[in-house]
Amino acid sequence: MDQSAEQFAIRVSDLVVGFGRRVVIDHLTLDVRRGEILGLVGASGGGKSVLMRTIIGLIPRQGGEIEVMGTGIGSTFDRRTQAAAGRWGVLFQQGALFSSLTARQNIQFPLRENLALSDALLDEIATAKLEMVGLTPEDGDKFPSELSGGMTKRVALARALALDPAIVFLDEPTSGLDPIAAGDFDTLIKTLQKTLGLTVFMVTHDLASLNTVCDRVAALADGKIVAIGPMRDLLRSEHPWVRAYFHGKRSLMLQPKAS
Amino acid sequence: MATAPQLTATSAGDVLELRPSGSWIAANGSDLETLSNAVMPQLEQAKSLKMDMRGVSELDTLGAWLLEKLSRRAASHDHPIEIIGISENNAGLIDEIRQVNRHNPPPPRPRNPIVTKVEEIGRSAWGSGEDLSVFLQMLGSLCVALLGIVRKPRSLRLTSLVYQLYRVGWQAIPIILLITFLIGAIIAQQGIFHFRKFGADSYVVDMVGILVLRELGVLIVAIMVAGRSGSAYTAELGSMKMREEIDALSTMGLDPVVVLILPRVLALVAALPILTFIGSMAALYGGGLVAWFYGGMGPSIFIARLHDAVSVTHFEVGMIKAPFMALVIGIVACSEGLRVKGSAESLGKQTTTSVVKSIFLVIVLDGLFAVFFASIGM
Repeated sequence: MDQSAEQFAIRVSDLVVGFGRRVVIDHLTLDVRRGEILGLVGASGGGKSVLMRTIIGLIPRQGGEIEVMGTGIGSTFDRRTQAAAGRWGVLFQQGALFSSLTARQNIQFPLRENLALSDALLDEIATAKLEMVGLTPEDGDKFPSELSGGMTKRVALARALALDPAIVFLDEPTSGLDPIAAGDFDTLIKTLQKTLGLTVFMVTHDLASLNTVCDRVAALADGKIVAIGPMRDLLRSEHPWVRAYFHGKRSLMLQPKAS
Repeated sequence: MATAPQLTATSAGDVLELRPSGSWIAANGSDLETLSNAVMPQLEQAKSLKMDMRGVSELDTLGAWLLEKLSRRAASHDHPIEIIGISENNAGLIDEIRQVNRHNPPPPRPRNPIVTKVEEIGRSAWGSGEDLSVFLQMLGSLCVALLGIVRKPRSLRLTSLVYQLYRVGWQAIPIILLITFLIGAIIAQQGIFHFRKFGADSYVVDMVGILVLRELGVLIVAIMVAGRSGSAYTAELGSMKMREEIDALSTMGLDPVVVLILPRVLALVAALPILTFIGSMAALYGGGLVAWFYGGMGPSIFIARLHDAVSVTHFEVGMIKAPFMALVIGIVACSEGLRVKGSAESLGKQTTTSVVKSIFLVIVLDGLFAVFFASIGM
């Protein structure tokens, strides 16, 4: 038990999630190793975001167990989940920045709530985080409505990383970014993962990010993980949906690392 | 797993040796800040710094930054710095942290408080002029939209108009009935109680009748509608503005005033007189019930006295005011909705402004009408 907690950051077993009669996640089992970047792919509306939101306790589940860093996650957002929430950061698809706070205050918010630090240090840490995600200190005084899409994602990432969590959940971090910005974002995530030893759980459709930054890729279809492994294993997968995903027209541009 | 952080400082001659140990992570943030602040004075005196990182079991951005700050302090005095024993994992983090916080944005200029105050007053004075121009612009574009409808009646959004009428008219009836009924009853009770002292309690019918039909009925209903429907208009249009829905309408070649605002304002203008009528009747009914059970005046006497006391003029005065008040409420609610900026806070602020401003304007308008009707002898 201890050993598995050491080895795995997230353990999901036999998970069932549904809305009304519709079952979205159907007896799904998934392990995420510590320190890896796991990419999750799946059809639009196929339950990727539902899986992510269930792991972080936002959606109640019908059955199964979820363990994050060795702590069990409750079926609803209870005290147990709240305690675990201190150990992860979440980047929502639209950023979900607090619109009445500046970028800097957004980053300071989790620090201010959880730690007793002086204002000067809070400012220094917020500036450090801003620069680590590739923004300038001046950007910190802008409000979310004044930020571009890419900057919003960067600020949201900085906020997710504010408490130096062990795990970050990224929901389509590169969607809506131009290829250069998306590439920068990928590099950034890889660098941060290396320097901070993060575990990254990333929902994405970006084939380039999957190929360049993800250590392993998991494919979600019909409510189950149908294939999981390094990118080259997925490219060889026989599952029809996975084949269609990685060998479709849009995927021809993909240059597999090893083949 | 996490161990308490420590920072031991030993000075040998001019060399200060710092030995951080334990978990230098955000969870220990406040302890770490105290520790690093405590060695600052020693750092000022030392001529060179040696940092031994072998004891550090965990390190994150916050811890790395505090250590980096110590070595930067030494570097600012051009003192030699030696850092040893960094584990491979932490080296990358330390390198990353070295890059950041190199140039700080200039602190905001301190401002003269008097100048700030004067500026505030000036801005709010300018703002009230702007409010007037926004109001007139909205009135103007509504008139233009209405002219368009007159020229081409089929461009009226009938579905939307009926739906808004249902929302601001039909759905408002129960609460309007309840409130005006209670107000009428309270006025009658107070009138009877005080008029009885000098034997004039039968005149309470005159008071209730004139007060309700001329002033209170329309005023209470207008204030209720401003709070109930005006705020809803502002919030709806504001959130549509925030989510670029209004921009989307414009790019499709549609005028938001015609599509969104005109049906809402027209519905309000149509609904408020009806609600005023219903409200006035409920207030008279409430007054009549109190006169019967509390004042001992039977319904037939009440109706006969009411017939003598009020004329159609009183009723007209009340009803004429209603559509104008509706127009003011509608214009204020919609123009405040369109002034919402990107944040959730501004939505709340604009909704509050909308309700406060429309209630204020309704009362001002009522005063102006009172002067007007008095001068034409109604």
